[in-house]
Amino acid sequence: MDLWFGFGVALEPHNLMWSFFGVLVGNLIGVLPGMGPISAISMLLPLTYTLHPVAAILMLAGIFYGSQYGGAIGAILLNLPCHPPHAVTCLDGYPMTLKGKGGTALGITMIASFFAASFGILVMIFASPLLVKVAFKFGPAEIFSIMLLGLLAGGTMARGSPLKGVAMTVVGLLVGVVGTDVNTGVMRFTFGFAELSDRVDLAALALGLFGVAEFLRSVNRLHVVGSGMKVRMRDMRPSKAELKQAFFPTLRGTLIGTLFGAMPGTGPTITTFIAYAFERKISKTPERFGQGALEGVAAPEAANHSKTQVDFIPTMSLGIPGDPIMALILGALMIQGIQPGPQLISEHADLFWGLIASFWIGNVLLLVLNVPLIGLWVKLLQVPYRYLYPAALFFIAVGVYSTNNSLFEVGEVLVFGLIGALFAALDFPAAPILLGYVLGPMVEENFRRALLLSRGDLLVFVQRPISASFIAASALLVLAQLFFALRAALRKREAAARLAGG
Amino acid sequence: MPGLINQRNRDYYGGGLMLLSGVAAAIQGARYQIGTLSRMGPGFFPMALGVILALIGLAIMVTARSSVPAEEKRPLPPEWRGWIAIVLSLIAFVVLGSYGGLLPASFAVVFISALGDRQNSVKSALILALAIAAVSVVVFWWALQVQFPLFNWG
Repeated sequence: MDLWFGFGVALEPHNLMWSFFGVLVGNLIGVLPGMGPISAISMLLPLTYTLHPVAAILMLAGIFYGSQYGGAIGAILLNLPCHPPHAVTCLDGYPMTLKGKGGTALGITMIASFFAASFGILVMIFASPLLVKVAFKFGPAEIFSIMLLGLLAGGTMARGSPLKGVAMTVVGLLVGVVGTDVNTGVMRFTFGFAELSDRVDLAALALGLFGVAEFLRSVNRLHVVGSGMKVRMRDMRPSKAELKQAFFPTLRGTLIGTLFGAMPGTGPTITTFIAYAFERKISKTPERFGQGALEGVAAPEAANHSKTQVDFIPTMSLGIPGDPIMALILGALMIQGIQPGPQLISEHADLFWGLIASFWIGNVLLLVLNVPLIGLWVKLLQVPYRYLYPAALFFIAVGVYSTNNSLFEVGEVLVFGLIGALFAALDFPAAPILLGYVLGPMVEENFRRALLLSRGDLLVFVQRPISASFIAASALLVLAQLFFALRAALRKREAAARLAGG
Repeated sequence: MPGLINQRNRDYYGGGLMLLSGVAAAIQGARYQIGTLSRMGPGFFPMALGVILALIGLAIMVTARSSVPAEEKRPLPPEWRGWIAIVLSLIAFVVLGSYGGLLPASFAVVFISALGDRQNSVKSALILALAIAAVSVVVFWWALQVQFPLFNWG
């Protein structure tokens, strides 16, 4: 069957090697303080350009879950959430470390992640082909509408103000416009730079927004306190009672993650918070949460992993990434010349099934790697930031240079770093920019094509039933946001009036 | 610039920035051919995006007034030393990359940015920069064979 074919692809020595390399390096970078999956993937992105598409995507996926697991180590042992979804893991993971149960927390995290990822992979195997069947009926109007929904969801459901999120999405779309217009050959927003005629570089954009901007924000402000604790291999093996205790929370977390993974735009951070809150709600002893409850580690980590796994479904089968990390992976595919969308599974069966099989293999590799290497990771956690960011800047500069052998892209990194730092200071989320940038050209292309076919009739988007339902969902999303904003404003006014009156 | 950007006026500045960028994009977009709905020119999409961005920026400014900060975060003091060092280090990489080669550029980016951290001394920055420069030669020049001459004076 297809899946066996996929295992064949993923187990080819060449592909297996890159997958292993991705997991290892991703884990290593993810452990380092202040480095999340986005920085890990974008730093290694240039390296994948020279690889075969299958090897490239396997490696990127490996970096992704490797760095995700690496982030959990920092959250549990140092109370340092380098990647926002792990903020919840800190709540109970760090207290467990203080009690000397840090190793158990790591072990449970690993088991919960593996279980959740496996479940997510199963869902992916069954759901993707179904989605593709529907997606084949999509014309330009449908593709535009579903992308609109994805962009709106990605913008409004990010943390903070929905207006700001949508503003950032539009900024991303504008950044995506830079370059040569495919239909007419006109140069747009290139400001006379010939280097910009071939779009803004994906790695430069991501590394500027999430690398350099992050360093600008944390320099002299992030102080890593070495905890000096030691975690040995046998500390990581949870007891039978602990396994039993973690089983149902893992299961519930997995289901919550899967459910939210299916909704476009709901970020992993929200998902983990919901999983945690749910676990505390149904617990008989909610007072233990925050004091080092095992359930409070297992459920959110499981939710996080199943969600990211399920997120691959719309990314691969529709070409709609659910979050900036998926946008990066999608962007990498496009650089390889692979057009994501419904035709991907049939046209690039080796890539799709190879990726699915490699998820499993990669997660096994992760388990195997982390048991012996945990001591090394603990040491890496304590690398001082003052050595870390200069070295990272070097890798960013050389990595971006090597994408086109041009120093212009290094300049791009600097510019986007400054822009990203400015946006961060103004409290605008940077993640939607990446989403807008990757989807921008497809949105424009399909918008133009749909209106060309309908001879300029805008009603085409609501006359076709599938497209109309996406538009309706988008409208609902906007209305819901308006409703919540108005209600909050009203409540505030009431409270103010009460304060003034009484 | 302490106090220049704070919780209260941040949304004014942010919204204003979006408004200005939107207007600029719309004007620039309109200079490419706009065309009609059925036959859009290259200017249509950027202009539409610019208008949308300007409107959202306006909305952010208008709603900024009503949103009273829930929890006032203490504004962090500006970190000029770190900021200048990081920016200069990347500029140095670009300049030395074209007029010096990979080795000087690698050394400069690490050395200058490391000086931005208050806990780094000149000596520790120097050691770190030398170590990374060695990594640069071994990994990128020798092993990965990046097309970047080690030395390229003039």
